[in-house]
Amino acid sequence: MYMGNEAPTQKSFRDVKKGIKSWLVTLDHKRIGMMYLTGILASLILGGSFALLLRFELFEPGGQFLTKQQYNELFTLHGAVMIFLVIVPGIPAALGNFVLPMQLGAPDVAFPRLNLISFYLWIIGAILMLITLFAGAVDTGWTFYTPYSLQTSTAVVPAVLAVFILGFSSIFTGLNFMVTIHKFKPQGMGWFKMPLNLWALYATGLIQVLATPVLGITVLLLFVERVIHIGIFDPTIGGDPVLFQHFFWFYSHPAVYIMILPAMGVVSELISVHARKHIFGYRFIAYSSLSLALLSFLVWGHHLFVSGQSRLATMVFSALTFTVAIPSAIKVFNWTATLYKGSIRLNAPMLYGLSFILLFTIGGLTGLFLGTLSIDVHLHDTYFVVSHFHYVMMGSTLVAFLGGIHHWWPKMSGRWYPRRTARACAVGVFFGFNQTFLPQFVLGSRGMPRRYWDYDPQFTLLHQLSTIGAVILGISLFITVCYLLWSWFKGKPASSNPWGASTLEWAQPSPPPLYNFEEPVDEIPELYDYDDLEYDEATQNWVRNPPVKA
Amino acid sequence: MLSSLTSLLQLAPQAAAKAAAAAKGVKVPTPDALTHHGTFWMPEQANSFAHETDWMFYGILGLSAFCFFGITFAVVYFTWKYRARPGNMKAQPSILHNDGLEVTWTLIPSIIVVIIFVLGWRGYVNMATPPKNALEIKVIAQKWDWFFEYKVGPSASFTDTELHVPIDRPVRLTMTSKDVIHSFYVPAFRIKQDVVPARYTHLWFKAIRAGEYRLTCAEYCGEGHSTMKNKVVVEPPGGYELYLESKQEELDTMPPIELGKKTYQLCKPCHSTNGIRGNGPSFQGIWGTQVEMSDGSKVLVDENYIRESLMDPTAKIVKGFAPIMPTFKGTLRDKQIDGMIAFIKSLAK
Repeated sequence: MYMGNEAPTQKSFRDVKKGIKSWLVTLDHKRIGMMYLTGILASLILGGSFALLLRFELFEPGGQFLTKQQYNELFTLHGAVMIFLVIVPGIPAALGNFVLPMQLGAPDVAFPRLNLISFYLWIIGAILMLITLFAGAVDTGWTFYTPYSLQTSTAVVPAVLAVFILGFSSIFTGLNFMVTIHKFKPQGMGWFKMPLNLWALYATGLIQVLATPVLGITVLLLFVERVIHIGIFDPTIGGDPVLFQHFFWFYSHPAVYIMILPAMGVVSELISVHARKHIFGYRFIAYSSLSLALLSFLVWGHHLFVSGQSRLATMVFSALTFTVAIPSAIKVFNWTATLYKGSIRLNAPMLYGLSFILLFTIGGLTGLFLGTLSIDVHLHDTYFVVSHFHYVMMGSTLVAFLGGIHHWWPKMSGRWYPRRTARACAVGVFFGFNQTFLPQFVLGSRGMPRRYWDYDPQFTLLHQLSTIGAVILGISLFITVCYLLWSWFKGKPASSNPWGASTLEWAQPSPPPLYNFEEPVDEIPELYDYDDLEYDEATQNWVRNPPVKA
Repeated sequence: MLSSLTSLLQLAPQAAAKAAAAAKGVKVPTPDALTHHGTFWMPEQANSFAHETDWMFYGILGLSAFCFFGITFAVVYFTWKYRARPGNMKAQPSILHNDGLEVTWTLIPSIIVVIIFVLGWRGYVNMATPPKNALEIKVIAQKWDWFFEYKVGPSASFTDTELHVPIDRPVRLTMTSKDVIHSFYVPAFRIKQDVVPARYTHLWFKAIRAGEYRLTCAEYCGEGHSTMKNKVVVEPPGGYELYLESKQEELDTMPPIELGKKTYQLCKPCHSTNGIRGNGPSFQGIWGTQVEMSDGSKVLVDENYIRESLMDPTAKIVKGFAPIMPTFKGTLRDKQIDGMIAFIKSLAK
């Protein structure tokens, strides 16, 4: 077994074969993960640019430089790109692909070819989304609510096809990961000896496999309704437009947990490693991941509190929605308790990890307002909701994604990003994010509806504060993407275990060879146990003392 | 935290009563719908149950602030206290889990969310249950305008693009859309309801402060979504009737006798046109005759008598009938009264 300090005997996965083609036809989970990461970060820049344009347009009431129609198209594309191309695939497809087999001590995922197919489906979906952008755009909002989506003249058809295809990419990834965990879990790693990241990815896979087909069916029905008018959602020919909302949220609410669960997994790793402390209450965190996956299927109706659904359904969905607060609260308490008596290092991944705890707490607590029926009637479809879900999706998921990238980057690239700049950007993301979205809670509770191109002058100041925050956030993220790209080529070499983590991926060289764990793992280090790890100044590496038996 | 929340909720009705009194007694300056008049968080409270929503909001805000600052304090304090430094390069030994502690911080949030749910549900039931005597107004949403249909008689109605409602009287809206889904949202009333094509949805409110308020579409409906705004005018006492009067243009153009026929629909339950006695005397052939009153006097049925009977029905009661007729003062306009006169005249022998 690789011990950490000797020179790797094989060329790394980065260098073993050269040329674009060797990447495009690779079956290696690490290369596929890196390609995903590239695509996702490119989409992040695209979706982020849309967001900045929207924020500039909203700097003052009335039209600035976008027409109403352009504004509507931009917020639709911002939502669709961010959800379907960035946040849903983000952590599982990019980080999960790289890390999951290695945390299991496995050479690859269970179905490497399916993995590559998932990636190409993602590419096709992304291309269709871009075609949509140039073929007259789409102005329905990422939610495609009927009957508006049946009547608009914009390019709804390519957009829903993109979503349909991206859905399959997601399903295949989830399936692949679940099978990989079941089949490749090494001897000596019981279910409760798995890193929490794997628990989270497993729970995510479960939702991806069970919920995403419903999205596929829903957008397919929308497609059929639009093309041959069969009367499912169109009220003029006997359909029910609200039925679409039920179908749509039956997927899209669980999808929130496809986004947040892997983020929670990543953060569990970050907090433990960088506090040098065993995670507190492992079983409660693992079970809460599973219970969130289950509960996520039972709360979709809270998106329909004012849609005209029955009062009884509204009451039941409100009650079920509140249950989600419980496992979420458990996780926050356990992460906080993990910090107690640790030895905390405030490097970039940890800054993102701590940001996550605070931002997710805000995202979760503001969910209480929206779950409360009488208050939701006022806040529904206002900026309060916009801010709430950005705290969960961006403040939590994207921040965890960035934390994960910074945590595993030395392993993935074998190189260091500029660490001081990275810390500064992490702080910039935290403050920029809060400045962008805290004012939006007030906008919402004062009655500013979402998806508005124009607004009353009373809201101007809050919108301007928000736009300034968005600029800080945008600059921080842009610098981050730039230095990551730079460091892939020019960064200082990183050691095999620069953080002193105990999970198996760090027991391979940085970057890992093409076939990691060619020899099966014979002994699994104690999970989240950092007592035996000693930092070696000379090699800037953490080694086991005494070493694990070879 | 929770006890203070419930005590806040008990205080709420007093606040509402105060607001209602202020609205009734004092002439309230008309708020400009475009500027913010409420608190830091919320718009002004112009609906009878707005204060309940707000107390819930502030209660949860307090709870959230407590939780958030608690977590933040713990995170920041631990991060500082246990920062890596010489002498603390390794974590100190501590427990890996503590079932008692973890069960506690599972149970406490569970109890809190049950309480929040029940309180929110109670408020919602109130919002979802209109009183029986509510004034009915129909709302039609169409890209990108709101239309309001006011019923002014059993079969008479007119449509306007502004919503005018009386103060201190429950109003129930029956809403539908002509094209896509819209959502009726008045922030100052804390109410919102989607307006769906080929379906009717409802909501109700009781305005407690005269003035103008923002009505705004909250469900994305296409290009003009952000301009699908309008005003809700809460009329001071008597103002609603004046508004209706000033707006009945369709009725204005009708010949008096036709208008009278329409207006008669209001009288029909008690007054026949074929001589059959109802709760009130029949209108057939009474014009120009002398009618005996309950006090024995005789009265000529002419313009003045008919007008008086509509405005002050119990001033003179026809012999053999009970003084049960309601007044139509404020409901009927002069033109309609003229119409009624023409109509009754046409029933003369």
